[in-house]
Amino acid sequence: MSILVYTESWEGKFRKSSFEAASYANEISQDLNTDLFAISFGLVAEEELSKLGEYGVSKVFSFPNINKSDNYNTTNFIAEYAKDAKAIIFSNTFTAKMIAPRLSSKLKAGLMSNVTTKILDTNNFKFKRQAFSSKALETVSTNTEKAIITISPNAFEIKNNNISCEIITIEDKLESQFNVIGSETNSGKISLSEAEVVISAGRGLKGPENWGMIEELADLLNAATACSKPVSDIGWRPHSEHVGQTGKAVAPNLYVAIGISGAIQHLAGVNSSKVMVAINTDAEAPFFKAADYGVVGDAFDVVPKLIEEIKKINN
Amino acid sequence: MNILVCISSVPDTTSKINFTENNTKFDANGIQFVINPYDEFGLTKGVMLKEKNNAKLTAIIVGEANVEPVIRKVLAIGADNAVRINMHPSDSYSTACAIANYIKDNPFDLIIAGKESSDYNGGAVPGMIADMLNIPFLNACNGLTVNGNEVELTREIDGGIEKISASLPIIIGGQKGLVEESELRIPNMRGIMTARSKPLEVLECNSAPLNHSISFDKPESKGECKMISSDNIEQLVSLLHTEAKVI
Ligand SMILES: Cc1cc2nc3c(=O)[nH]c(=O)nc-3n(C[C@H](O)[C@H](O)[C@H](O)COP(=O)(O)OP(=O)(O)OC[C@H]3O[C@@H](n4cnc5c(N)ncnc54)[C@H](O)[C@@H]3O)c2cc1C
Repeated sequence: MSILVYTESWEGKFRKSSFEAASYANEISQDLNTDLFAISFGLVAEEELSKLGEYGVSKVFSFPNINKSDNYNTTNFIAEYAKDAKAIIFSNTFTAKMIAPRLSSKLKAGLMSNVTTKILDTNNFKFKRQAFSSKALETVSTNTEKAIITISPNAFEIKNNNISCEIITIEDKLESQFNVIGSETNSGKISLSEAEVVISAGRGLKGPENWGMIEELADLLNAATACSKPVSDIGWRPHSEHVGQTGKAVAPNLYVAIGISGAIQHLAGVNSSKVMVAINTDAEAPFFKAADYGVVGDAFDVVPKLIEEIKKINN
Repeated sequence: MNILVCISSVPDTTSKINFTENNTKFDANGIQFVINPYDEFGLTKGVMLKEKNNAKLTAIIVGEANVEPVIRKVLAIGADNAVRINMHPSDSYSTACAIANYIKDNPFDLIIAGKESSDYNGGAVPGMIADMLNIPFLNACNGLTVNGNEVELTREIDGGIEKISASLPIIIGGQKGLVEESELRIPNMRGIMTARSKPLEVLECNSAPLNHSISFDKPESKGECKMISSDNIEQLVSLLHTEAKVI
């Protein structure tokens, strides 16, 4: 018996979320007393693959010639290599979220998505998961033989468990159901879904020309930038930065909301953040009811001061 | 071209979420149900393709009679006809089975679902349908152009977008970008009038779920917000550094 973890790379390097998923999978494999194997698609060098051993993976199946977006073939390979697996574990990347449901249907294995706990009952795979845009937690179970689990972003820590990882390379090439023409990355910034710190700004900033200080603050903290929905709707910032119930759900360690009122739809996508700071001119802004730390003040006064103070502690 | 849009009926985004029957059921009392926000982008895209490519646009919803106002609204926005599969959508798998069974009998070239529904956030129905029908699938689509039998798509990936070309049939999970927010269609008077006479077929299905919902609870509420004077940002930084340990 085994646990299989899906790992994902970008330009040959594993995403941080892959190590989170492996660490989580390692705990599940210890609870169930099984081996932990991993599967990887796309070209990843041996040195990088062997890093999975640091998180408890004893064997990785690497498919360098299969594009990870090709969810038809990746699903088939995972199904084949999961014959003996009790659970297949995914992180919360866009690509993982394409494969997991396909695999669930193929294997007729219950899909537990946005999971925030370890297994609560091993007899019938019981977990808690986020629902209603993180306004609630749902306890769900499945009594299928295997379970497919996608973990909630940033809900589990990376934990080391150093063992050596055997690498098995499978050179198969298969025709995809579609062609990947290319990709574009958001310019040189930290990916919003993986960032530990997110600096977010809203309509209170008055116009796109005022984002310089937001970017400067984000750079200092190695943070990703985000925005409220109206800001992306009017085109001050790209859609990829829109967070909230109808945008991206984020759960960083620190979320700083600058000039954002804190509408229920905005909070729904960000309130799983561990610590939230609100900066707003209006002392009655709803964000102060959700935040851990608040400053009533003008962003154009507070943000430059914040930049100066952070520079001091960075030195 | 035949297009199918999959519609989910969800609580209005401003709803307070509560549970009844000993926290085992969502409390729909006083809740206004709306078209799932992600599905609105796919629906408008479907209407635009219908107008431009002379396509036929069908909408499908899985749910009991109480979802009819939502599907009527979809007809008012521009779908030609609608199908309601009369069952409670108790998990993603049984919902996907119900839709896939319908498509097996009534083939479509393009199937547009939302990337997830804003109630249970499973994000699984389109991917499961793709497997059941053995057709290509892309999730989190934020761009789509149709050229005869070929489609060009963009999908969101972590930290960017990916461009893909494929042939029909295909199923996608859509989101903003399929159309812009400002392009979203809302029902007008004429639409509402004609919707009353558009066909709404009700079919039975009783596909079995794989998952069972046991209970719900709400996340613990946070403590008080610590207020810091705008003249003392040094204190804020120090609290984030030493108390919260997040910078
Ligand atoms: C179906 C639906 C879905 C939605 N989904 C989302 C979503 O996913 N994400 C989302 O964000 N919103 C969403 N919304 C919109 C949401 O309801 C709010 O309208 C939106 O979040 C408000 O954005 P904002 O806070 O930037 O702007 P506003 O509400 O205009 O707030 C601006 C804030 O800035 C403050 N301010 C002004 N000047 C300054 C200054 N100089 N310094 C500091 N503060 C200042 C003001 O006091 C105010 O609180 C959705 C709405 C609907 C109907």
